[in-house]
Amino acid sequence: MFRGITEKRLLWFLAIIFIVLLIFPSILPRFYTYIIALIFVTSLLAMSLNLVVGYGGMFQFHHGVFYGVGAYTVALMLTKTSLPVWVGFVAGPVMATVTGFLIGWFCVRLTRLYFAMLQISLGSLIWAIAFRWYTLTGGDDGIHGVPMPALLSSQNNSYYFILVILTICLMAMYLIVKSPFGRTLQAIRDNPQRCEAVGINVRRHQLKAIVIATFFAGVAGVLFVVLERSVFPDLLFWVLSLEVFIMCLLGGWFTFAGPILGAAIIVSLRTFVGIYTEYWTLVLGVILILLIFFLPEGVMGYFLGKFRPLAKEVAHRSE
Amino acid sequence: MLRVEAVEKSFDDFKAVNGANLVVGKGELVAVIGPNGAGKTTLFNLITGQLKPDEGRITFKGEDIGGLPPYEICKKGIARSFQIVNIFPRLTVFENVQVAVLSQQRKSSELLHPAHNIAVEETEVILESVGLSGKALEVAGSLSHGDQKILEIAIALGNEPELLILDEPTAGMSPEETSATMELIKRLADTRGLTILFCEHDMEVVFSVAQSIMVMHQGRTLVQAEPQEVRRNKEVQEAYLGGE
Repeated sequence: MFRGITEKRLLWFLAIIFIVLLIFPSILPRFYTYIIALIFVTSLLAMSLNLVVGYGGMFQFHHGVFYGVGAYTVALMLTKTSLPVWVGFVAGPVMATVTGFLIGWFCVRLTRLYFAMLQISLGSLIWAIAFRWYTLTGGDDGIHGVPMPALLSSQNNSYYFILVILTICLMAMYLIVKSPFGRTLQAIRDNPQRCEAVGINVRRHQLKAIVIATFFAGVAGVLFVVLERSVFPDLLFWVLSLEVFIMCLLGGWFTFAGPILGAAIIVSLRTFVGIYTEYWTLVLGVILILLIFFLPEGVMGYFLGKFRPLAKEVAHRSE
Repeated sequence: MLRVEAVEKSFDDFKAVNGANLVVGKGELVAVIGPNGAGKTTLFNLITGQLKPDEGRITFKGEDIGGLPPYEICKKGIARSFQIVNIFPRLTVFENVQVAVLSQQRKSSELLHPAHNIAVEETEVILESVGLSGKALEVAGSLSHGDQKILEIAIALGNEPELLILDEPTAGMSPEETSATMELIKRLADTRGLTILFCEHDMEVVFSVAQSIMVMHQGRTLVQAEPQEVRRNKEVQEAYLGGE
């Protein structure tokens, strides 16, 4: 399935990383395992956003909503109903996708900033429901102590579960990006007018991309509940959406794996700088300013750009 | 094949196209000429759906296409290039054309097969025929202006159109590039049996290749006829050729 689109060496490299990540919980302290799992969940969210932002060129400014809808759905299903656990796990992404379709259906009719504004408005409506409807969502308290099946009860097991789901999702996203659908999506990002002229229904294609991205955001929401066992309205607040957007820019939104790097940087900053000062966002602000001036293509974009000429040269020499 | 009848289009109070008529027969090479601001590009935008006509009829193979969205019109067999370079700058040359071929083959939404081995042959044939195979892997945004204009045509060919519309295909080109491009257009018309409608500034070019010429002036069609006849036409001489 992946033949021809990835180099053999890269596959070996990824396999080694995967094995190292499998070993981590047994050698690292509990706290670090937790942070890495949180990075996994956030990475998936950032990667899903990048499908529409980096590959689709759409101003998806309120992606957190779909993450929150996924998380709330699974939390509500597991606390308020006696349906089997897997139903809740499936319902999370499904609800996120339905929400994505509804919001996306309106948004793709607008362009750029208007798209962004409409999405923030519609998304904030959903946030307001989570924030205010005490009897259902617990309002600003959120829902805590979501019961998990025995299999996921230990932190190490949820770590493994999250890692496996993340890996599957990343593989699926990689296939999507490299598929005709993904290539056409990038063409739309570059030039929607020209795409219409070559026979592509741009709006429909964009809507499909949003639906796919929100599905993965929903999966990330479910994984968040697996890790934290709680949900709260901040998950769908626009501040979180902005943070995820920054992860894409920071990591490199024109690269596939950039958002993972962005998520790792921001989660680490929040955790480790957050220990010393409440004002960790100040550090983030400074980093962003430096980023805009020195690395407009993001960290990953910068390094790929630096090494690409080198790789070309090596390939040339070996011919 | 294509018939434009009494088409009008205004922007606010300005009548950009005000009574345009055009007939393009199968296999013909038809040119539209006229001074700057005569409404040539607007007319093309009306035909390919970027704009909707206010009045008049546009039919393609007997079917009314006026006001359809661009992607529908494209699927009916009309493809176009643009006057101002309109490509996918971040994609490679190969991918630029492939996007059009994928759309033509109705594979744009396919999700689970890698794109790099779909529609490869068709894309390579097109790049070969316009002479861009050597640059297939370059990023389109880094090509020279002349090559980008050729890529414009190549993208349009990706749709395997019956009617190819070229909006000033040689705009901004050097004289050498211009004649090479016109050669290319003639060759495409011959070998692929394409019907081509184009507009052009360079009079010499137009009179040497076109079988039929439509002259526009202030949004209106003055005449459509064979080159010799257009040259003799009094009205055209006054309005455009300046009594040459």
